[in-house]
Amino acid sequence: MRFRVLAAGLTAGFLTLAAPAAEAFCGFYVGKADSSLFNEASQVVLVRDGERTVVTMSNDYKGQLTDFALVVPVPVVLEREQIHVGERKYVERLDAYSAPRLVEYFDEDPCAPQLAYEDAVPMMAPTAAGAPMDAVRRKSLGVTVEAEYTIGEYDIVLLSAKESSGLETWLRESGYKIPPRAAKALEPYIKQDMKFFVARVNLKEHKAKGFNYLRPLQMAYESKKFMLPIRLGMANAKGPQDLVIYAMTRTGRVESSNYRTVKIPSDMDIPVFVKDEFKQFYPALFEKAHAREEKRALFTEYVWDMGWCDPCAADPLSPEELRALGVFWLDGQNGNMGGGSQVVLTRLHARYDGEHFPEDLVFQETSDRQNFQARYVLRHAFKGALACEAGKQYLRELDKRHQREAETLANLTGWDLGTISKKMGDDAPGKKAGGGKAPEPWYKRLWQ
Amino acid sequence: MTLAAALPRDPRYLQIAFLSCFLVAGVGWLGFDVPVWQPPLIMLTSCLTQWAMTRLFRAPPVGYLSPLITSLGLSLLLRTDAFWVGPFAAAVAISSKFVLRARGKHLFNPTNLGLVVAMLLTSHAWCSPSQWGHSGALLGWFAAFGLAVAHRSFRSDVSLAFLGAWVLLKAARIFYLGAPWASLQHQLSAGGLILFTFFMISDPKTTPDHRVGRVLYAVCVAGLGFFMLHGLWWQNALLWALCLVSPLTPLIDRVLPSGRFQWPGGGAPERNDACVSVSSQPA
Repeated sequence: MRFRVLAAGLTAGFLTLAAPAAEAFCGFYVGKADSSLFNEASQVVLVRDGERTVVTMSNDYKGQLTDFALVVPVPVVLEREQIHVGERKYVERLDAYSAPRLVEYFDEDPCAPQLAYEDAVPMMAPTAAGAPMDAVRRKSLGVTVEAEYTIGEYDIVLLSAKESSGLETWLRESGYKIPPRAAKALEPYIKQDMKFFVARVNLKEHKAKGFNYLRPLQMAYESKKFMLPIRLGMANAKGPQDLVIYAMTRTGRVESSNYRTVKIPSDMDIPVFVKDEFKQFYPALFEKAHAREEKRALFTEYVWDMGWCDPCAADPLSPEELRALGVFWLDGQNGNMGGGSQVVLTRLHARYDGEHFPEDLVFQETSDRQNFQARYVLRHAFKGALACEAGKQYLRELDKRHQREAETLANLTGWDLGTISKKMGDDAPGKKAGGGKAPEPWYKRLWQ
Repeated sequence: MTLAAALPRDPRYLQIAFLSCFLVAGVGWLGFDVPVWQPPLIMLTSCLTQWAMTRLFRAPPVGYLSPLITSLGLSLLLRTDAFWVGPFAAAVAISSKFVLRARGKHLFNPTNLGLVVAMLLTSHAWCSPSQWGHSGALLGWFAAFGLAVAHRSFRSDVSLAFLGAWVLLKAARIFYLGAPWASLQHQLSAGGLILFTFFMISDPKTTPDHRVGRVLYAVCVAGLGFFMLHGLWWQNALLWALCLVSPLTPLIDRVLPSGRFQWPGGGAPERNDACVSVSSQPA
């Protein structure tokens, strides 16, 4: 049996609307890369306004359903109406919309100048798994079953506990395979008077519903605590875990207040062959950035007003989709573009382990509404005939540009510069774009 | 010649050097979300406000070191997405030294008040206390303690009392919760805490005159900040706590009177403590 944990709570901010300093990226979008680039990744949607919070936990658990269980510390005992089983497609939409992306530009003919255009490709990150559980247990272990519900395909128990060893025993005797360090990890939550949301799959209901996957669990509550309890999940983690957090607020960007939050390197020109290797490129870039920040930072991958995007990796979510994810302040909205300027989405990506993330993630809402996206630019060289003087000049500049692109890529990913040059083919620095002769000697134009 | 003798007598020069280094590192390498034009704009506004207020209130001119320190502190801590918020905070900070006074001292640390007012009154201001990174913060602590060892007047009893109380409270909480001790080190690696400890709460012009009063004051700020952070889940709890405790200074001064602090070279005798507390902002 396995056992995996996530969770949520909250704190407030008092901020209001500000005009977004929008950067316009001209062009349109051509396609997108597949998801699942990071192993052991979880996705959490955090919707927050004041103290009201809606958390959606999505997982792509693929093991035996009898083995699935999820234990999440929550700040309050939840009523039945505060728990909901959502649809995975909305989280996937959010992922696609905010994913890091490639943008392509095609150089114009320098001999016959005209407009350029661009294309884009995005990518995404995947989800969590869960674990198993069992029935109630009567004994004075200091554990109280505060509530029990069957919602959708899940059996849910809300527990409160007086001491961690009692809770650990209760869970163990109820059939959960608890990792050895669980009691130690549970203790701080018990001391903070948090409750435990425990979910397992009701096989009968699951069969009746006919889904071949587990739908996300959602919970709505009010709490001052704006946080995600990641520590519990570390108890049985084999290595670092990836967590993608989609935070949606009315006011602005969300950042961590107890960990360094940095923007992932973005808006850089890289060689065009990366289009076919985007699935290797972005994880390598992330790994390098993660190491550079001493493995202790959260990365911002996307901040955007949900009303639009440019270029769009996927269309903005509609008010209906946003509401399904818990954005509760859009009542009365209509129209096909998502909540207009009423929703700011922040996509944060953390790779955490016990050593470098010794405490839970705490967040704060800022009033920052400046857009940001992880965006990498591919510039295709002009391939036609270049007879004119401007064409020759273009080729000289092109070689320098390719050199810069190769260096940027090596810097971003740690890939070997020689290998990059090889993969660049005709675009490799030193080779002439458009094929043909060796570079012109420096003195050739000296006395012309 | 000792190192202390080689250092300038007025510790504000050292403070400016320290803060400038961290600002440059922050903007250049640590990815602080601060546009390059913002610090100069804040400095300009601070100095102009100091000049205008000095004339308006016919106060004796005291130079521009303190406004510079205020500006650097604001530049390091304040984040905004509107260009006018930085200058606004600076103007509020410097003006407060002339306007909000009691018993011949200004009430609030200017940087603290500038931040608090900007966060309260505008919807464009926030603080990012944990943006220094682990190594950056470690370097910050080393540098700050290094200065304290090297320069007598950098040894602030307020800083030490506050830090002692804060670490004790944090350690007690971690012990009570059974949380890993690594989280204590993690919590101390917030750059904002270094600035707060050595450049904000230690301000000799706004802390009580008597040492006992100063220690009491520091412990109050630590206690209130701790309660706000872990009890009420307020962000930037120390900033709010300092702002709320500051008005108690005249009261403490009345109960525990002592000599008034003057910056070196300021004319009046310096406060005769072994550990004079120094920081920004004379008026």
